[in-house]
Amino acid sequence: MSASADFEPTIIGFLCRWCSYTGADLAGTSRVKYPPNMIPLKVMCSGRVDPSLVLKALADGADGVLILGCHPGDCHYHEGNHKTMRRVPMLKSVLQQYGIDPARVRLEWVSASEGDRFAEVVHDFTEEIRALGPQKRVESVA
Amino acid sequence: MGENGKPKFAMYWAAGCGGCEIGVLDIQEALLDVADFFEIVFWPVAIDAKYKDVEAFEDGYIDLCLFNGSIRSDENRHMAQLLRAKSKILVAFGSCAHEGCIPGLGNQYGTEALMDYAYSLSPSTENPQGLRPQAVYEMPEGDLEIPTLLDVLTPLDAVVNVDYYVPGCPPQPPQILAVMTAIMQGAELPPPGSVIGAGVKTVCDECPRERKEKKIREFKRPGTAQPNPNECLLDQGFICLGPATRSGCDALCVKANAPCRGCYGAPPNVEDQGARMMSAIASVIDSSDPEEIERIIASLDDPLGTFYRFSLAKSSLRRLAR
Repeated sequence: MSASADFEPTIIGFLCRWCSYTGADLAGTSRVKYPPNMIPLKVMCSGRVDPSLVLKALADGADGVLILGCHPGDCHYHEGNHKTMRRVPMLKSVLQQYGIDPARVRLEWVSASEGDRFAEVVHDFTEEIRALGPQKRVESVA
Repeated sequence: MGENGKPKFAMYWAAGCGGCEIGVLDIQEALLDVADFFEIVFWPVAIDAKYKDVEAFEDGYIDLCLFNGSIRSDENRHMAQLLRAKSKILVAFGSCAHEGCIPGLGNQYGTEALMDYAYSLSPSTENPQGLRPQAVYEMPEGDLEIPTLLDVLTPLDAVVNVDYYVPGCPPQPPQILAVMTAIMQGAELPPPGSVIGAGVKTVCDECPRERKEKKIREFKRPGTAQPNPNECLLDQGFICLGPATRSGCDALCVKANAPCRGCYGAPPNVEDQGARMMSAIASVIDSSDPEEIERIIASLDDPLGTFYRFSLAKSSLRRLAR
């Protein structure tokens, strides 16, 4: 796929309520600039992000999906993020086999104090998806 | 109903293996009751009726039509549309009509690649002239026509409105009998769009094996390792789709010491069976080291075909273009 200068990616972000969403808040209150492409969705835990949500996001219009959770060891529910750590590579292996670039899905750890890191991750992922181009969809399956 | 007062029955076989037809035969002597209760007006496997006979029916002439097989060719699509118009109740019968089943796995390659493989590349193909089937062939006596493959395979409900779904590859005879009996006794049917002839839980709910805490460090396959017949197959590292599969088969495979492959499709309220299974299985991998997780996941052959063996053509993935 070719990169296009005027392509603005649509990115769905699943942000854990305890660490990453608070990190995003910190970025906001600290007036740190980051691209507006990501639509943040607050979830109770990154472990709540079932692969079906990621696939649905891609199928319904997202060009990339960013999952942000607490650093390993910091999970409010002890090991929710450990489950995510295993689910995301599993999902990526399926995407790869189907012919979808697995780079369209990314998992990162962002703590409540990492407002700068949050902005950096969103910036970096947005540019990566911009380079990949739009995720094309099958308009009719009949 | 016709002059003889009997409801009209039809069954059709689109892109499938024919196992669903055998499933109906496997209700054994009860088939005689079915044959007695209904007037069979179209069923290519059982009676000699032609497409033109169906075309001559008035709309809604058939009371019950069991449609098995997926929509792979323009002929399948035509028959789906024709039988929809002629049937009061159209049932997507079996996994192919329900969700695409095994033939749906072809969607990961595309129709051209499938033709290349079948007519050129497969090790058992000898085709030096590169012959391919032609949709139309001119003969002195007139044109010969054969169906052509569509770009993607779809389940039945992608081309016509479906009243009920009977899952399974094939649907299990006791479930078929229960459905037929309910219809013949005039029982009130669930709302259109429902899955009938199946349970409302998962295969695990019917599985007699002993379950412990699941911790998987490597994936095993039947054939390379012998499963213990009494313990949960997933506990032992065999990929068993029980947690992500609708009940109704009475845990047939697991009782035969083979892991569930998922043919009854997603359980109620689950949109994507493969994603549900990925979620379940990834949670029980016993490692929190990213590199080790990668290694364990890499030990799983064909993850797409394992998790979406029956449901790829109905999954969220089908909406993504490559």
